Amino acid sequence: MKISIKNISKSFPGVLANKDVSIDVASASIHAIVGENGAGKSTLMKILYGMQKPDSGTLEFDEKLVKFNSPKDAIEEGIGMVHQHFMLADNLTVWENIVLGIDKPNFKPLKKKDYISEINELAEKYKLKVNPTKTIDELGVGSKQRVEILKVLYRGAKILILDEPTAVLVPQEVSELFENLRNLKSLGVTILFISHKLDEVIEIADNVSVMRGGMHVGTIETKNVSKSELAEMMIGKDLPLPPKRTSQISEKICLKVENLTAKTVEGKKAFENIDFEIKQGEIVGLAGVEGNGQKELSESILGLYEFESGKIHLHEDDISNFDTKSRRELGISYIAEDRQAQGLIIEANLIENVILGNQSTSKYSSKYKNVIYKNAVVNSQSVVNNFNVVTPGVNTLAIALSGGNQQKFVVGREIENMPKFLLASQPTRGVDVGAQDLIWNKLKDARDSGLGVLLISADLDELLGLSDRLIVIYEGQFVKELKPSEATPELLGSFMTGLNI
Amino acid sequence: MKIYLKIIGYLTPIIALAISFFITGLILVAIDRNPIDTFALMIEYGTTPKSIISILNRSIPVYISAIAVAVGFKMGMFNIGVEGQYLFGTLIGAYVGSLLSVSRPLHILIIFISSFAVSSLWAGIAGYLKVKKGVHEVISTIMLNYIASGLVAYLLGSVFFERKDDGIIRVPQTNNLPETGQLPPLNNLLGLEDLPNLNGFLIGAVILGIVYYWLVWKSSLGFELRATGMNPTAAKFSGANPNKLIIVAMLISGAFAGFVGMSNLVGYFHKFTIDFPTGLGFAGITVALLGRNHPIGMALGAFLISFLERSAQILDLNDVPKEIERIMAGIVILVVVISYEVVRRYVLTQQVKLASKLVQNVE
Repeated sequence: MKISIKNISKSFPGVLANKDVSIDVASASIHAIVGENGAGKSTLMKILYGMQKPDSGTLEFDEKLVKFNSPKDAIEEGIGMVHQHFMLADNLTVWENIVLGIDKPNFKPLKKKDYISEINELAEKYKLKVNPTKTIDELGVGSKQRVEILKVLYRGAKILILDEPTAVLVPQEVSELFENLRNLKSLGVTILFISHKLDEVIEIADNVSVMRGGMHVGTIETKNVSKSELAEMMIGKDLPLPPKRTSQISEKICLKVENLTAKTVEGKKAFENIDFEIKQGEIVGLAGVEGNGQKELSESILGLYEFESGKIHLHEDDISNFDTKSRRELGISYIAEDRQAQGLIIEANLIENVILGNQSTSKYSSKYKNVIYKNAVVNSQSVVNNFNVVTPGVNTLAIALSGGNQQKFVVGREIENMPKFLLASQPTRGVDVGAQDLIWNKLKDARDSGLGVLLISADLDELLGLSDRLIVIYEGQFVKELKPSEATPELLGSFMTGLNI
Repeated sequence: MKIYLKIIGYLTPIIALAISFFITGLILVAIDRNPIDTFALMIEYGTTPKSIISILNRSIPVYISAIAVAVGFKMGMFNIGVEGQYLFGTLIGAYVGSLLSVSRPLHILIIFISSFAVSSLWAGIAGYLKVKKGVHEVISTIMLNYIASGLVAYLLGSVFFERKDDGIIRVPQTNNLPETGQLPPLNNLLGLEDLPNLNGFLIGAVILGIVYYWLVWKSSLGFELRATGMNPTAAKFSGANPNKLIIVAMLISGAFAGFVGMSNLVGYFHKFTIDFPTGLGFAGITVALLGRNHPIGMALGAFLISFLERSAQILDLNDVPKEIERIMAGIVILVVVISYEVVRRYVLTQQVKLASKLVQNVE
């Protein structure tokens, strides 16, 4: 079935998730949608699956206008979605999971034999190997995914949406999945494949649409595109560049990380032997495709992630064994990569939000451990003024602000705390050009006044424009260090994807 | 613009109450009773000086229990165990108090301390289990309630019992508190003569309300508590230690629970008996919901519930089944909780609209 997404827009309080998105998907093809986190691909898929209603825009299947009020409507039109996190009942069998919710509840006995033979037929047709009588908790991840796919095919899906399907799979399972997908395609199923792993997209998809900042940047055939070109589209080139400014980098050390090694929760390597130092008055940019250890590394610096070995120094202090609060008190500031989840209490007003992260410092906590709201009122007002936060007042709840203004507030709060070291993670993600420009300038101002900054960003132009020095992380290791003057987005992209080691 | 949002906030409970009375009225009509007469009767009886004193006395433990529950709510936890915590704490307080012979303020103080220490530790078990073993606090506090009531029955019957008739008869109650352990009523102080006793611990309840307000809204600890309740991830990134906060919140919640039984112990019964009032821990959950965890809101909630209980006593005498009071209390809670949520959402969307209008004007 052919899909036409026409001029879809959708916004949430504080976030513009989709802006005028139009994508055509050819029948019986594999169409990938790529973009960084927050680029709007999930929202688009939720609209396609009837979980969200668009503010404006339409959907057409085979030239026929469709409107969904719930996933049930979408399923009836032949759409099936395989979520990143499996929606299976672990203690039921495969066939029970597949037929779950098919019939209206009644008191008739289940036609177990009929169901099983139907499922076996379907599995044979699409070459999806499963054993219908096993329970889900006996299955491996790859098999669970096949059950999910069968589940939607059993409901008559002609269009399959796969949300980050390879995120949970090991390489061998990935190639198995890809074989299955090619098979499905040859049998006429249209597949939408959401991912941010560019290798896989190029391998499996016929066409790829790139999303950035809620907008559709373009759609191209994968045979005509290279990984670095795709990366460039994803990260953006036509954006304004941060202002180049020279700076005085001091000789004094701001943050020093020695031989840091950590494992992921699953016991795999998160990062290994990370060794670097940031001087006062220096911005060090950390480039890397998401999921290469940046998250674990930044949480280790914040004291939220337990590393196995190594040391972290802030100025002269060894902070390796300090908890987050002591690190905050010593002067580590953090611009959260996800402002709404990590950086703000969106149901609280700006006065309370300005305290967050400094609630135990003498600025906001009196001798008798009372919150000093007086200072919070003054400081929140000062952040609002200095960082052009558009808000009716500091009494307004954070959720009422637009995304760009929320981000300006978070950045302002962290910079005005006068930290010794700033960890800036995706400081301009999902904000408009004006807010981006202001944030860039403020970061440079802070750098010029002697602040050391570790900048983690998916935006290569931001990295190149702001950093005094660039480090590339790939699979948990620092693979390259270079000066921004000798780097281009293409070159960075090749290091980031491990092509050029 | 913003003032009208505030006014809506204050009007909500009043409108909700009016709706509740209306629904109850319909029920009364359905059972062939005159709702206007019934409500008039309740209000008339419920506002006599005697009734007001009785309502105040009833409100004290329910209010403190609500505070104990609210401490948990503010941080996103559900302490169902106030019931077991206060019964266990009060029993120990009563026992310790019956053994002492010291001067008055000290004696009462020691009773308080032993009660809230026990309640607090009892609640702390649930906090510990949540942090160390991942046991949800609702499950563990319910179980601890059962254990506490069993433990209280055993201790009362086999350890702390009172001997009467030269020790031949064992009465399942603690020995009477000596006079130094008893809190006098407020009647003399307020010049309330010829009226039932107004429990002296009313002052304690007011103090605890102030302590609660300071702790949750004014202290740095309270800030972290509320932050964790509203957004645990952001609180963690800000430096709050969630595990520590869970245990601290349970200890504080339990400490408040330790005062639930105090008005009845030091101000009325002067001993822990088998008939000591139970169910106050659950009533506290209701009142915390009614009062939206706010110290003044919960006080009004406690008065309301106590008023309904007291004024319903007149109904049976006038051929209206007094069970109507239970039905009414249930309706009030449902309607109030629903209207709060409706208003909260409305105010939120209005704020968002206001801010986005401003952004458009600026741009």
